[in-house]
Amino acid sequence: MDAKQGKKLDFSPILVPLLSILVALAFGGILIFIQGIDPLLAYRVLFTTAFGSFDGIAITLAKATPLILSGLAVAICLRAGLFNIGAQGQLISGALASAWAGYTFVGLPALVHIPLALIFGAFFGALVALVAAVLKAYRGVHEVITTIMLNSIVIALSDYLTSNPFKEPDQPLTRTPKIQDSAQMPDLLGLPLGFFLAIGLSITLWWIMRNTTTGFSIETIGRNKNAGWYAGISVKKTIMLSMLIGGAVAGVAGAVETLSIIGRFEPAFNAGLGFDGITVALLGRANPLGVIPAAILIGGMRASGSTVQFEAGVAPELVDLLLAMILFFVTAPLLARFFKNRKENVAMTSGWSN
Amino acid sequence: MKTLLEIEGVSKSFGSVIANENISLTVKEGEILALLGENGAGKSTLVKAVFGLVKPDTGTIKINGTVMESGDTAAAIASGVGMVHQHFQLVPVMSVTENLILGDEPKRFGVVNIKQAKKEALALSEKYGLEVDPDAIIEDLPVGMAQRVEILKALRRDVKLLILDEPTAVLTPQETDELLEVLRNLAKRGVGILFITHKLREVMAVADRIAVLRGGKLMGTTTPKESSESKLAQMMVGREVVLRVEKSQAKPKEVLLSIKNLRVSDDRKLESVKDLSLEVHAGEILGIAGVEGNGQRELVEAICSMRSRLSGEVIVKGQEIPNLNPRAAHLAGVSHIPEDREKHGLVTSYSIADNLVLNRFDQAPFAKGWIRNLEEVANNGESLVEKFDIRAPDAYLSAGSLSGGNKQKVVVARELSQQLDVVVAAQPTRGVDVGSIEFIHNQLIAARDAGAAVLLVSAELDEILSLADRIAVISNGKIVAIFNSKEADRNTIGRLMAGLAS
Ligand SMILES: Nc1ncnc2c1ncn2[C@@H]1O[C@H](COP(=O)(O)OP(=O)(O)OP(=O)(O)O)[C@@H](O)[C@H]1O
Ligand SMILES: [Mg+2]
Repeated sequence: MDAKQGKKLDFSPILVPLLSILVALAFGGILIFIQGIDPLLAYRVLFTTAFGSFDGIAITLAKATPLILSGLAVAICLRAGLFNIGAQGQLISGALASAWAGYTFVGLPALVHIPLALIFGAFFGALVALVAAVLKAYRGVHEVITTIMLNSIVIALSDYLTSNPFKEPDQPLTRTPKIQDSAQMPDLLGLPLGFFLAIGLSITLWWIMRNTTTGFSIETIGRNKNAGWYAGISVKKTIMLSMLIGGAVAGVAGAVETLSIIGRFEPAFNAGLGFDGITVALLGRANPLGVIPAAILIGGMRASGSTVQFEAGVAPELVDLLLAMILFFVTAPLLARFFKNRKENVAMTSGWSN
Repeated sequence: MKTLLEIEGVSKSFGSVIANENISLTVKEGEILALLGENGAGKSTLVKAVFGLVKPDTGTIKINGTVMESGDTAAAIASGVGMVHQHFQLVPVMSVTENLILGDEPKRFGVVNIKQAKKEALALSEKYGLEVDPDAIIEDLPVGMAQRVEILKALRRDVKLLILDEPTAVLTPQETDELLEVLRNLAKRGVGILFITHKLREVMAVADRIAVLRGGKLMGTTTPKESSESKLAQMMVGREVVLRVEKSQAKPKEVLLSIKNLRVSDDRKLESVKDLSLEVHAGEILGIAGVEGNGQRELVEAICSMRSRLSGEVIVKGQEIPNLNPRAAHLAGVSHIPEDREKHGLVTSYSIADNLVLNRFDQAPFAKGWIRNLEEVANNGESLVEKFDIRAPDAYLSAGSLSGGNKQKVVVARELSQQLDVVVAAQPTRGVDVGSIEFIHNQLIAARDAGAAVLLVSAELDEILSLADRIAVISNGKIVAIFNSKEADRNTIGRLMAGLAS
């Protein structure tokens, strides 16, 4: 990141995300209105459920936890100019691996078992990303293609594993056994421990991007690969490294979900978390700290979606629709260009084509 | 003649920088107005305001007597303004034809009619005598050729006012002469031309009138008849400029850079450096003279280990440089001023300070182990901005918002401020104003006198002739002759460059 930022507070980076949210809410409001429901009521329910009480906030933050992590996984890759659509697959791989470690090892103290299961998650998340990373770095295969295909492969593979070797014995359901108590992540101050882990990882990655040579290498390759090559930065290594970090963080996202919420691996329980990560990363401007508020917002919407349906009678698809619109507006270069006084490329869109 | 363009009292600031201050100018039909000024004087800003890319803070712009809405490029285009930008606006992965038609494609049944487009492209290129290959992909083209495409793109719509922002910076002398001829012909047809350049020779050759900017203000207008190159230089810079390079006799010592039987292929996999051998001594400047596209780019990139060598060796201080490892070349003591500053030399969204350590960010004192020392980066930035006279309010401005010449100075500052053994300078003064050319030349000479081996590649024969101690002529990937600069004769070199035996 830059050697020193300007002294004045610069609000321009949050302008586009903020506007996208507002525009999406406005469009959503129109659609709610067409359903014959008062949009203000719907939104009031949405926001008071998500943020109006301590319990509500706790649920929101719990929902936000895997989103911060999966958003981080996408964001780090975006910084390197890579579009990691594969957070979903990496996350599932990490979730399954941590579940396996969680129920297989018996008799470990929690202080050992939880980190071990998390490391399993990180490792297997990174393993999935490794395939895409190698293909990109050494064969030039576009990461969007490979990560999408890997998503399907991982989903199929995890289905197979949970219905065969890893299946909970004597049960009709396709799922793994429950993890040991020693692997269960506890709450802290009424919030899941994973939330603090996610915040810690965000801050760490932000710091790494800002203050270390590794961060500078990733950032440079993301902004101008040619200049990075000229400057002696290894493009291959940087691609590998950022994809592996991304994969590991996505794996941790899955692991945290397994170890603190679900307690086992069950296909479809993680559905969408990795894809929401894309929205989170873009809304957070690919900034490791920016993903936190973005994830909390989206987590809140996810948390209160059913209440809105229940209390205001809005179709449950509303939340998905709002998220899709936010994603649309935040990426629509038109809007960005309009407010950034044309052409000055939004840093993150430039990397997609390479 | 009718007045085509009237600029009235235009001012524009970027934060604390006043880029244009109350500028009034006119261009008549069929007139060529040359716009001169130092790097950062505000030339690009002014012409961008005419084209509607920059919104002036105050003042009006009239085209054909109509006041233009500020910041409306579409309206400017509709009233017949065409612009060739200082930095390429082409889509690198598309073909010449596709680039030419972009934004206004000939359609058939709602689909782009590529055959028709190609025909139009060829007709256009023929009409103006600017030869291009319609099927070539932009990123494979040498810069001079890409520039032609830019110009054709601007001419495609029926232009009445053509703006060219430093179009000749990347052209060879021959290409420049051809372009000047094109401009004269256009002027004869009544097109008004606003032409920015740093090359006084071109101004004297083609301009009807000359306007000089300095520090955002219009210093005055003159004509080639009333002025001279040195007068113009003084008007631009505000002091006397030595247009001739002054240097002492070179004292060459041991060989620092030696190239042995080097063979390199270009992007199209054609062999473009053919079994080339060359030695550069400590304390000398070896100039490579040649028509662009004769293997210079590939030679430079192979020396700096950025491009794969088919065979042959590059040896710096007795140590062989591994293939395809720019970092190793750098660590062995090779500084490289790259030909294309936007592509290789800079990360435009980074601050000037970060760009000034781009290839040293992980070395002391800019990093301690894994941790960057941002304070040192900042100090280094501030001191180099000062020392190399980079015109910016501070070192934290993004490099992309610098004027073209100042971008070049950032690259030069970075490369010449480090431990110097071998300096490979490719077009080091491209797009730089006369005052800064003097400065960069002096820096290269200082590097030589400090014992560096300097390899200078330039499309400007004048630059080679005045700066180099020895001159190697490259033609078709081979060194065809080497002269001592004292014995060098312009005509002989010119003939050798053209591939004719002397
Ligand atoms: N978008 C911008 N943001 C901040 N400053 C800018 C911006 N564009 C231009 N400037 C500043 O305005 C001044 C004038 O710039 P301009 O590009 O017009 O110079 P120029 O005369 O074209 O120089 P050159 O010969 O080097 O191309 C410079 O100091 C430049 O740094
Ligand atoms: Mg300019």
